[in-house]
Amino acid sequence: MTDAAPPKSERWQIQVRALHKSFGAQHVLRGIELDIERGKTNIIIGGSGQGKSVLMKHLMGLLQPDTGHIYVDGEDIVGLDDVAIGTVRRKFGMVFQYAALFDSMNVVENVAFPLTERYRLPRAEIMSRVRDLLQRLGLPGVEAKFPAELSGGMRKRVALARALIDRPKILLYDEPTTGLDPIATKNVDEMIRRTADDFGVTSVVISHDMASTFRIGDRIAMLYEGAIVASGTPQELLAAPHPALREFVETSGAVRFDAKGRIL
Amino acid sequence: MTDGPATSPAPAVEPGVPPAESPSVLVTVASVALGPPLKFLAAFGEHMMLLGRALAWIVRPPFRPKLFVEQMEFVGVGSLPIVTLVGFFTGAVSALQTVSALKLFQQERWVGFTVGVSLAQELAPVFTALMITARAGSGMATELGSMRITEQIDSLTTFAVNPIQYLVTPRIVATILVMPLMTMVFNVIGLCGGYVVAIVMSHVDFGQASELYRYWTDPKDYYMGLIKSAVFGLALALTACYQGFNVRGGAKEVGRATTRAVVYGSVSVLVLDYFLIEILSLIWPFGGG
Repeated sequence: MTDAAPPKSERWQIQVRALHKSFGAQHVLRGIELDIERGKTNIIIGGSGQGKSVLMKHLMGLLQPDTGHIYVDGEDIVGLDDVAIGTVRRKFGMVFQYAALFDSMNVVENVAFPLTERYRLPRAEIMSRVRDLLQRLGLPGVEAKFPAELSGGMRKRVALARALIDRPKILLYDEPTTGLDPIATKNVDEMIRRTADDFGVTSVVISHDMASTFRIGDRIAMLYEGAIVASGTPQELLAAPHPALREFVETSGAVRFDAKGRIL
Repeated sequence: MTDGPATSPAPAVEPGVPPAESPSVLVTVASVALGPPLKFLAAFGEHMMLLGRALAWIVRPPFRPKLFVEQMEFVGVGSLPIVTLVGFFTGAVSALQTVSALKLFQQERWVGFTVGVSLAQELAPVFTALMITARAGSGMATELGSMRITEQIDSLTTFAVNPIQYLVTPRIVATILVMPLMTMVFNVIGLCGGYVVAIVMSHVDFGQASELYRYWTDPKDYYMGLIKSAVFGLALALTACYQGFNVRGGAKEVGRATTRAVVYGSVSVLVLDYFLIEILSLIWPFGGG
């Protein structure tokens, strides 16, 4: 554990060092050490109430840690002022658990929101960018609809469009498959994979869905009792699973182990 | 509580009283007695902090005039039917009561003045505020509350948009601006209601009634009402935004927040009314012209 800033790395887009966060008497994050690999799908797994969402909000600077550092492209974002943190946030797009589309706006206005808020662009340009993106995400013909008129899966794709419209480098997904049926879950998994490939973004996915995790994850980190207890590629993790991870994986039924801890 | 030094951990133990019990009894009594006022003060402080931040964002870019106009439309134009309806009947009832009372002395011609002044100073601002609390205040609390629980407020932050500036400031400012306008509408409609009851139905002489109204009603009666209504607007919008903005949990909590917004909003309007009369009567003493 070093306090010195890690060198700007080609491989790691985000590096979290010794991150602590408490809410009142509750010590939620207890010394997080986490590396997010550039251009890959990074999955953070953990049970409910382990602090996954809190960790994700730190990555984007939505919450400030008590102590510790978060380096985004080598720049420490802890303690930045409003303006600087605003610049950092432009590197991010976030897809919320239940899409969090603005229900007073239609699809186009929702997707265009980051552009209209951040820049003074001519309306025609905004519209063409929005239409292109909706087309690429397989969402033609929904432009004038309101979020309430869309299905859960479509809402998620519109939320993805809104997160992608300003060409972020990093996409955060907060439990993207919660509340979806198995087919829709598979579609969302594919959407995440395809987005990572097509748009070349670094994806960070918070999940407790083990089947999805092993389907789409390039790197997996396990959050347990406020710390990252295991991280690596799926193969690395399964080769020598941490007891908490093993229990998690076994209970979910996604992967089975034999008596010696090898994958069946 | 005690005059002892602040660092002393326990109060002086009296002889015969077990040391372990005396503080706990004291603490219990103190928490029962001081709990509600302290809670009130804490909530008041949080309202003021929200207000402070909302007002500070008025002067900081980016400016979004569209949001202000939208809110003015919601609070004002949207409340127009209910304000008109209530205004008409308030004026009508007020005229009916006044005429029947003044009839005892055959002084019905004072009805215009009485109804006009009571509308201007009290009825119009208070009733308008109550109507707008019920309609727009509840709407604001519900909207902000459901935006909170569906993470729409969090998602604003991810686009580097300040949610207080985007959501709270326009609502508070719009309500402050629109309330006097709505109060004036209430006044005019209320006078129409009074006219129908007093002149048309009770056959009070219009010339005398209108002349007395014109002579005795002062602009300060209207100023007082309009100033009060702007303050009411601030109070009801702030209460509604505070309740909606701070929802935690699910749909049930949104409902509770809405109820609180209406109850606290209405109560604060009526309580403020008293203090505002006291303050404004320093500027415009009663009976003065």
